[in-house]
Amino acid sequence: MVEQLSPLEPVFRAGSHGNFVDGIGVTLSEIAPGSIVQLAAWPGQEKKLMATINSVTALKLADGAGAGASSDRYAAFGFAPAKFLVTDTSEGLAATFAKEVPSAIGTVTDLSHGRTALRITGAKAEWVLAKLFAIDFSSAAFPLGSGISTTHHDIFTQIQRSGPASFDLYVFRSFARSFWKMLCHAADEVGYEVR
Amino acid sequence: MLITCPYCGPRDVSEFAYQGDGNRKRPDPASTDPETWNAYVYDRLNPAGAHNEIWQHAGGCRAHLAVVRDTLTHEVSSVRFAREHGAPTHGRRKSGAKA
Ligand SMILES: [Zn+2]
Repeated sequence: MVEQLSPLEPVFRAGSHGNFVDGIGVTLSEIAPGSIVQLAAWPGQEKKLMATINSVTALKLADGAGAGASSDRYAAFGFAPAKFLVTDTSEGLAATFAKEVPSAIGTVTDLSHGRTALRITGAKAEWVLAKLFAIDFSSAAFPLGSGISTTHHDIFTQIQRSGPASFDLYVFRSFARSFWKMLCHAADEVGYEVR
Repeated sequence: MLITCPYCGPRDVSEFAYQGDGNRKRPDPASTDPETWNAYVYDRLNPAGAHNEIWQHAGGCRAHLAVVRDTLTHEVSSVRFAREHGAPTHGRRKSGAKA
């Protein structure tokens, strides 16, 4: 198996940083799933593709824009009409979907090496993300499990709410290091722990 | 200015790319009539008021959208997927809405 390397390695410093004397506002980490796969359905085939995602991952994807869900192993959410991002803690998910999704239903794109997955967790997670994205991060507008596509300064980012105070961010791997540094700067004010 | 994408909900205009006048009809590709092509490429209504426009949600779901925007006030009175004819069917999270 190929040894996984992180693009954050030169700037990843575990421990407490910033203004943490009054407590840690957020925890930042890289979640490094083994697989990150993008699935797209042809017009009229969305329901069949969702059924395949449900059967492979045992997640229940609801109808509706941006709906998603996660388990200990998998995460999935809609990020565009008839398009879904699915992650697996193990490698090999793209090969599984390539077998399960016939070309008449849709397409499978392996992004495992193309994206970096970051997690921000803590009482100040919404506050810190709101500095970077023009998005309503409240749980009323951004419910648990759901996902969005947005940009930071024209850099594409997909975000899933992975917990009441937790978000997973998927960014281009080639931009991950600068994005990580920016995320750390944004979290400086509230105090952050890297782990 | 906010545009309410039928998939993503209300988003800042910086996420969208303007794709031009939505009133244009591409001439028959077999046509060699220069007047027709000249009109397609250059002639614009340029109204002071409601204007049909095509935008792409380039920094979001990447869908192409048919938008009616008031050129005097920037008020957006209608947004639907450009591929659809008729009203939007994909209701997404309006501000404050539940899943
Ligand atoms: Zn959109």
